Amino acid sequence: MTVTALGTARVRRPSVRLRRLEDERWLALALLSPTAVLLGLFIAYPFAEGVLLSLSSAKVGDPGVFVGLKNFAKLADDNIFWTAVWNTFWYTGVTTVFKLGLGLWLAMLLNRHFRGKALVRAFILLPFIIPTVLSTFAWKWMFDPTFSVINWSLFHLGFIKARINWLGDPTLAMTSIMIVNIWRGVPFFAISLLAGLQTISPELNEAAAIDGARPWARFWYVTWPLLLPVTMVVMLFSVIQTFADFQLVYVMTGGGPANATHLFATYAYQIGIVSGLLSEGAAVSLAMFPFLFIIVVVQLLYIRRVETR
Amino acid sequence: MIEGALWRRWVFYNIPLALFVFVLLFPFYWMIITSFRPDGELYRPWNAVNYMPFWTNHPTLEHFRYLFEETDFGRWMVNTMFIAATSTLISLFCGVLAGYALARLNFPWAGSLGTLIFITYLVPQTLLFIPLAEIIRDFRLGDSPWSLILTYPTFLIPFCTWLMMGYFKAIPKELEECARIDGASRWKAMLYIVIPVAVPGILSSGIIAFTLSWNEFIYALVFLSSPQEKTVAVGVTSELIRGDVFFWGSLMAGALLGSVPVAIVYSFFVEHYVSGLTGSVKG
Repeated sequence: MTVTALGTARVRRPSVRLRRLEDERWLALALLSPTAVLLGLFIAYPFAEGVLLSLSSAKVGDPGVFVGLKNFAKLADDNIFWTAVWNTFWYTGVTTVFKLGLGLWLAMLLNRHFRGKALVRAFILLPFIIPTVLSTFAWKWMFDPTFSVINWSLFHLGFIKARINWLGDPTLAMTSIMIVNIWRGVPFFAISLLAGLQTISPELNEAAAIDGARPWARFWYVTWPLLLPVTMVVMLFSVIQTFADFQLVYVMTGGGPANATHLFATYAYQIGIVSGLLSEGAAVSLAMFPFLFIIVVVQLLYIRRVETR
Repeated sequence: MIEGALWRRWVFYNIPLALFVFVLLFPFYWMIITSFRPDGELYRPWNAVNYMPFWTNHPTLEHFRYLFEETDFGRWMVNTMFIAATSTLISLFCGVLAGYALARLNFPWAGSLGTLIFITYLVPQTLLFIPLAEIIRDFRLGDSPWSLILTYPTFLIPFCTWLMMGYFKAIPKELEECARIDGASRWKAMLYIVIPVAVPGILSSGIIAFTLSWNEFIYALVFLSSPQEKTVAVGVTSELIRGDVFFWGSLMAGALLGSVPVAIVYSFFVEHYVSGLTGSVKG
């Protein structure tokens, strides 16, 4: 009884609040406010706090004082930091090329009809779905110098005569980390590019074939230009994630041997959390920002150009 | 379309594809076989005569027993489940509302707000974890699941919003206008007409958000400290490695079990997952 009475009352005379929601601007404000609060509190505020922190001398348990750019000046003289910068660029560049190449190849292999296609596609995405830290442990175990199944296979296939100390040598350690990153990233590239390939009408390729274009020419002049917009967006996400990567290096080497495999993020963790030098750690991760900013701006401008072409 | 001889199909399609599948799945096989191998076989050097890489004749559940009896693994699973589910629900709520507003309402700065959301979508967790750790401490959230439940939405909401914007834009405006003509308020038209149509999109974002928060590592590593509060990824990393000693059997058993919930969710909703993933790329 009461419920119906209340119900009709509300229909006849909507409350002030509900009438407000009829106005698009007020409704938008109401709908966006939870997001704005959370993102403001845990992205904008930490960003400002991070800038202040990097300009201070804060340590764990010591709020510190304002020291200007001293932390950044110290980084400029820090050899490990420059190794980390170089590693980050090298890591991002090499893995992106391989992920794109292999991902595209896999996408082309999948872009046709065959039995069990749905199953293969579902299984192929597993490296991307399974928590990275957990699958990286499997790789670390596979790369273990004493018990490595990779060494065993290479030895029995006749490629190597003695053991390879995968994670003990700086160059090999970096290579191992890159292999795992490529392994994890290829499925994402492949599935996204496959979706892009499926939007390209097969008639275009057939027309080119009738005009006498060889497979390679068909790919280069028909498929690739049409795939470019999707490719650029996939690259944007992948490059940023790779540039800011932490988990792989943390699990595989922890930045070792002898600090040779640090990236921005692992070095920031090493200094800021493990050593407790909060201000210097914050400076290391903030040093990532200008690079990320340039990458994002360049890629977004390029994407806009590709899409409006 | 281009059907050549049988051998060509094998050389150019089937064999490369089989190799891809083998390499992409082998680490998981290795994870499984390791978690059932007894220690005596596990710690046999690769160049030993009786090294038997791909099979074991003495499967054991010892590593799983260790995991549940000697560590807080059960707790870690429950923690991770709770954190992932709650932060996903919060992010879906915020993301659906924000996505609706940005895709379908006219208001000043709608365009620039959309761009702003896209930019926060690109902010990596590793950029902010140190100041965020300080803020978490100031808010007295340290070492509690809420430190993660409240911070995971920072990367989940932009993703959900972005994905939902795409879905909402694809729904014809007439659908909503019909309801409005019949007397529904904007709010009701959104709640009862538009959002139900966008359910596949909500499902996609929810599944991806769940796997993303299950996958998150650095915030969990930095914000949580006591063993019983940890998530699976952090617990496995910190409690199954003592100094230089790795408990490989239990580590792999933990990695295997820790992957199962994500794999189950994924296997039920593969199509939604894929459409969400590709939808987010198309933008």
